[in-house]
Amino acid sequence: MRALQVERSLPRFAAARVASAWRAGAGGKVGPLRLADVDPPDLPGADWVRLRPRLSGICGSDLATVDGRSSQWFRPIVTFPFVPGHEIVADTEEGSRVVVEPVLGCAVRGIDPPCNACASGHGHRCERLTGGHLAPGLQTGFCAEVGGGWSGALVAHPTQLHEVPGGWSDEAAVLIEPTACGVHGALAGPTGDDQVAVVIGAGTLGLTVIAALNRLRPDISRIIAVAKHPVQKEMATSLGATMIAAPAELRRAVRRATGSWILDNGQLTGGASLVIDCVGSTESLSDALAVAAPGATIVMVGMPGHISTDLTPLWQREIRLAGAYAYGPEPMAGGRHSFAVAIDLVAQAGLERLLSATYTLDRHSEAIAHAASAGRRGAVKVAFDLRTEKRR
Amino acid sequence: MPRPGFVLEVDRSTPPILTWHGEGFRLERLPPERSRVIYAPEPVAALDDPDQAIQDALLAPLGDSPPLPDLLRAGMRLTIAFDDISLPLPPMQRPDNRQRVIEAVLEMAASAGVDDVVLICALALHRRMTEAELRHAIGDRVYDSFAPHGLLLQHDAEDPDGLVHLGQTDKGEDVEINKRAAESDLIVYVNINLVAMDGGHKSVATGLASYRSLRHHHNVKTMRHSRSFMDQHNSELHTSNWRMGRLIAASGVKVFQIETTLNNDAFPKPMAFLQKREWEWSGRDRAAYIATTKGLGRTPPKLARSIFQSIKAPHAMTGVFAGEVEAVHAATTDAVYAQQLVSVEGQTDVAVFGLPHICPYNVNSIMNPILVMCMGLGYLFNLYRGKPIVRQGGVAILSHPTPWAFHPVHHPSYIDFFEEVLSETTDPIEIEKTYEERFATDEWYRHLYRTSHAYHGVHPFYMWYWGAHALEHLGDVIIVGGEPAAVRRLGFSPASTLTDALEMASDTVGRHPTISHFHCPPIMLADVS
Ligand SMILES: [Zn+2]
Repeated sequence: MRALQVERSLPRFAAARVASAWRAGAGGKVGPLRLADVDPPDLPGADWVRLRPRLSGICGSDLATVDGRSSQWFRPIVTFPFVPGHEIVADTEEGSRVVVEPVLGCAVRGIDPPCNACASGHGHRCERLTGGHLAPGLQTGFCAEVGGGWSGALVAHPTQLHEVPGGWSDEAAVLIEPTACGVHGALAGPTGDDQVAVVIGAGTLGLTVIAALNRLRPDISRIIAVAKHPVQKEMATSLGATMIAAPAELRRAVRRATGSWILDNGQLTGGASLVIDCVGSTESLSDALAVAAPGATIVMVGMPGHISTDLTPLWQREIRLAGAYAYGPEPMAGGRHSFAVAIDLVAQAGLERLLSATYTLDRHSEAIAHAASAGRRGAVKVAFDLRTEKRR
Repeated sequence: MPRPGFVLEVDRSTPPILTWHGEGFRLERLPPERSRVIYAPEPVAALDDPDQAIQDALLAPLGDSPPLPDLLRAGMRLTIAFDDISLPLPPMQRPDNRQRVIEAVLEMAASAGVDDVVLICALALHRRMTEAELRHAIGDRVYDSFAPHGLLLQHDAEDPDGLVHLGQTDKGEDVEINKRAAESDLIVYVNINLVAMDGGHKSVATGLASYRSLRHHHNVKTMRHSRSFMDQHNSELHTSNWRMGRLIAASGVKVFQIETTLNNDAFPKPMAFLQKREWEWSGRDRAAYIATTKGLGRTPPKLARSIFQSIKAPHAMTGVFAGEVEAVHAATTDAVYAQQLVSVEGQTDVAVFGLPHICPYNVNSIMNPILVMCMGLGYLFNLYRGKPIVRQGGVAILSHPTPWAFHPVHHPSYIDFFEEVLSETTDPIEIEKTYEERFATDEWYRHLYRTSHAYHGVHPFYMWYWGAHALEHLGDVIIVGGEPAAVRRLGFSPASTLTDALEMASDTVGRHPTISHFHCPPIMLADVS
């Protein structure tokens, strides 16, 4: 079968870094990603199942990998060569259609008793990502042994599977995993009264966060979204953003919405009580700190990396900086799992429309380039279409 | 004898016409046989001895007012209010009319033994003036006698302890004005009447009013019913101010009004060509034009702005009228008309307005895109009596660089208005309904208006309302040579040249439209039959 594979090649990662510095997504051509003919992965255990991907999305963390920008943090918790793709809608051999919850925690690894995190239901915080009978890997799509979505076939543990409701299109189903991340981010900040929330970034994550805040957080009365491109602005508004600001306009927009003042060095006297950073860059975190009210929470949903910024306001204003990774039980949604909440949200908010384009594997360079410049090109989510791939 | 205004019918021999373009100008050829150029009258004669004229006016006032000395006595409270930085345009060379008049009034007050005198800059919702600007307007001697003792004030329309509500007019309009002025035994108002809308009851009823009071006439409905607001017989803005002025008088507030008029001598000698008709340019004028435009071509915009902002007009005083408000204003209006009226026959399909570097709200500042709209569609479009120079459904073509640039100190709420409001809608009614109150009551804007040099939070709304009548009247608005993103945000169409603009206008007014070029500045008032 065909698969897009990431090999451990330092020169290729370096080349990707250089190319992507020139143009995001250019690593897709010169970088560590290769279209290869490989054998489908073996079943790691008797209870595992084979999956045939139908659609598999391209996520920001995938782009970082392809462009050689991923943090060294991941080095011990991935195994090469791996097949990327963790936003997956697939068929099982029994003929049901599923989406994959890609975290590879204790249950999947056959670790019993499970670690504290897994035991408490927070598999995404698993402490044994390198343990058990499986090669190291934090998720499907980063582990050599299980394969990934950008291929003709992969394997998964039954505990990773969520059945796609009847009547759903593949295009809607492929949005469930990213929406679950958005749900988890949107429900991570503390509740309050009549809160102003700021969402930085209006790609897939930002838009799903906006949809989740709008439908799941009655305590948030206004959502200010930072968006650069016209399609992002339209989508953000239709999903519930009450105000759209260009990045350079954000401080003034938050000032207006919160009745703050701007001091002569440009800092706000007040700000938003919840800021969700869906970008994860030095600029986005700096903006987040600039518009967070004293006592506010900043949730980082977008995968950051090395960030250099002035944390004085974090200290002086007692701002909490929280990560929101993947999915888990959501106390704010009555303890339901992010995936279950996401399935409802994709349907209710019509998030299928976030899927803008699909590509077959042989057009992977185009696909990566499109995903890397999605906003500018009027797109949101780009995915691989594997429905015509050979399975062996 | 200065020549009256003039309408030139353009033919093949007509030279290119000077068209203002912000900090610069262009020579534009207009299509022959269907274009006309409207020129202002030449500057009328200055008063031989302005100071003597002021004395005469104060001693022999108009209407039922006693001479000023008879109104002054020891132990009284006297407030002298004066017009702010928004006029004249460009600012005049020293001494400013305000200085001459205030010195004369203070002289009489001193003779009468008045010692409770306060000066108030009647800035309404405009920005506070700087020390240098105040010194320029009222003179160093007056400034140094009052400012150090806290007796030179700038009106604060948001001071909860500094305003007094005098009542409501029979139309339910709140009249709330400056408390010190209202509680004085006499207000002497010192005006410069640049355009026909200025002066009269508007001086006190607007210049010293609160937001609560101003909103009754600074709104879309009033502006749409002021056709134009330069013509007091057809101006709802005027009517509302007059109702308020009469209520102020009926409440026992005594106003001694002093109005002055200027000729339209707007540019100093080296730039005299800006005042002339192109076919009468001398060799020296042509050389000056070429040197100026060439020089500007090499000048960074910021520097060009400061060069143009430093222009001081050789405006000369042509009249001074004092006494009872309405009688004074009738005489002033006649004097303004004598300088500014130009007879124009009928309307055209298109009007071309070259916008200069300055409007009432960007003296020593930046003409931001909202001010471009206000200058073109608020001021220039409304400089008519009878009918607009462009027909209903016609096209206005404005020429201005329209940079996406704002003065951060003077115009903070304008930035927000541009970023938030205009990105949602350009409809004045919708803007007024949805956004005005929030901007008007924003604490930060209020703070900056009261303590810094910022226009009031609501001011950009007024700028937009100023153009509401034109927006309703016109079929399209095109800006030549503007920054496209800024022009589009205003809801207008960008064009790179006048030829392109006329081409674009043909979608609205057909292939061979008639065209008026409104050759302003200098300021004039088209009397359209
Ligand atoms: Zn675990």
